[in-house]
Amino acid sequence: MANLATREAYGIALAKLGQENKNIVVLDADLSKSTKTADFKKVCPERFFNMGIAEGDMMATAAGLSTCGKIPFVSTFAIFAAGRGFEQIRNSICYPELNVKIAATHAGLTVGEDGASHQAIEDISLMRSIPNMTVICPCDDVETMSAINAAAVYEGPIYIRLGRSSVPTLNDENTYKYEIGKAVTLREGKDVTIFATGIMVNEAIKAHEALLKDGISAEVINIHTIKPIDEEAVVFSAKKTGAVVTCEEHSVIGGLGSAVCEVLSENHPVPVKRIGVMDTFGESGKPGELLKEYGLTADNIVAAVKEVINKKK
Amino acid sequence: MERDIQKLSGIACTIRQDIIKMLTESASGHPGGSLSAVEILTALYFSEMKVDTSNPRCEDRDRFVLSKGHAAPVLYATLAEKGFFDKKHLSTLRKLGSILQGHPNMNDTPGVDMSTGSLGQGLSAANGMALAGKLDNKDYRVFVLLGDGELEEGQVWEAAMTSAHYKLDNLIAFIDHNGLQIDGEITEVMNPESISEKFKAFGWNVIDIDGHNFEEIFEAIDKAKETKGKPTAVVAKTVKGKGVSFMENVAGWHGTAPNKEQCEQALKELGGAVNG
Ligand SMILES: Cc1ncc(C[n+]2csc(CCOP(=O)(O)OP(=O)(O)O)c2C)c(N)n1
Ligand SMILES: [Mg+2]
Repeated sequence: MANLATREAYGIALAKLGQENKNIVVLDADLSKSTKTADFKKVCPERFFNMGIAEGDMMATAAGLSTCGKIPFVSTFAIFAAGRGFEQIRNSICYPELNVKIAATHAGLTVGEDGASHQAIEDISLMRSIPNMTVICPCDDVETMSAINAAAVYEGPIYIRLGRSSVPTLNDENTYKYEIGKAVTLREGKDVTIFATGIMVNEAIKAHEALLKDGISAEVINIHTIKPIDEEAVVFSAKKTGAVVTCEEHSVIGGLGSAVCEVLSENHPVPVKRIGVMDTFGESGKPGELLKEYGLTADNIVAAVKEVINKKK
Repeated sequence: MERDIQKLSGIACTIRQDIIKMLTESASGHPGGSLSAVEILTALYFSEMKVDTSNPRCEDRDRFVLSKGHAAPVLYATLAEKGFFDKKHLSTLRKLGSILQGHPNMNDTPGVDMSTGSLGQGLSAANGMALAGKLDNKDYRVFVLLGDGELEEGQVWEAAMTSAHYKLDNLIAFIDHNGLQIDGEITEVMNPESISEKFKAFGWNVIDIDGHNFEEIFEAIDKAKETKGKPTAVVAKTVKGKGVSFMENVAGWHGTAPNKEQCEQALKELGGAVNG
């Protein structure tokens, strides 16, 4: 497998799961072709519910289904899931700690041409702040499929953040096993640690290669679970390298960068530079153009690494 | 204002051609729900609304809220045709740095009265404008266009209650009743029928019309003007993709841009109407 969007991997995994586990039900809000829940509908039509354009209603309906032993996977675009559905997710899903899986697609700037109104850059922040919520952001198709399977057997609310645009496959589908809350070290290094999540993991690896040429050894760690974050891995690597760069396709406020800083400031403060959307809205454009425009490329990571290394004591 | 149906038909045709051209150029965007609303926007901007293209934020102007913000192309083509900005911008739709964002943003585009794109919020915003008009004793009117699938959002009905509760007779809501949303027919995805009965039950003055017929649009607006103490909902039966044979009534043309050949075919069909 290669170069699938994580939403496409979600559709494939969900259709397979649905046939294996009759308790799985899927809800969508008039976006099933885009979110790929249509793949599930094709094989399990009786357990697919189109809720219409009504995201708040959809979240609380899923809550009700889960109280009766169903395992709802709920999908729409990330902006409408985490945004429109926020308070329903908080009070009807997370407070009673119900077994609802929210798989939100079209997260981040790579939504592209639809523009700012559709580019969720706050969803990690919103979801991470709710007690009982687990927040997952897979980096490729292999990790997505494995994460969806892990989510299905985990008991409790989960938010899974997926993308619209295709991303290269980084993990080996034969050996990769997703473990909720367990960071994955992709490249070892000693001068700096790059913590990345989602589509930025690939950029971090590219930055690692570029930095090698400059004689800088960068550790690359995939934080696929932003909550609960793997504190041990974060602190261990920061102690080893003494400098950190975080990378996410999300606002620098409240997402991975904030989560890493929270852990480090209380346990082992080191210089940190956050790569992400700098407290601004996105805009229309091609996904690649937007990543460049908003400073979310391997080049930006390389520059941030050099800056942060200079600040080391 | 002038209600020259023949002239308006010509303008509508130009707007349809511009929609097709700009979507082809951007290779992204929403043709179906743009084409279904052309007559409504044409009637409003070219015969009804009090607006000033040289002073788009004029306090006394009539307001228009495109609650179904994905139909931005019809709004942009109409505003350009009206003269709010140069038509050369149309070819920049959805491109990096454009004043024409994928969904309308009031701070980017002259003539856009409200930022929209997330469905279900426009009627609330329109209520706010209408309430302000009452507070300030202004006689401007507020027009809002909703999709029929959009009516599935609960907020629409919260807002519908508000409009009636505060007797917003300075507000007219058009429902672009084209029968389709993204996943298929509205009656199959999540049935919002009966739309007219629902608005009536919510205390609105309701008028059913053919949304492609200028005379019926004007008749509805006139009736709304005569109705005091109630907001008016105009349930406009329309055809999604109207004017382009292969797009008409096809859900797949909701959010897919035409390619070059499809564009030529579409313009050929629309060209006929412009001369006729
Ligand atoms: C809150 C929200 N949920 C979902 C969407 C995605 N979306 C865009 S258009 C659309 C369908 C709209 O159907 P309708 O209102 O009937 O519009 P029309 O047929 O006139 O294009 C959906 C679900 C959105 N823009 N906003
Ligand atoms: Mg419709």
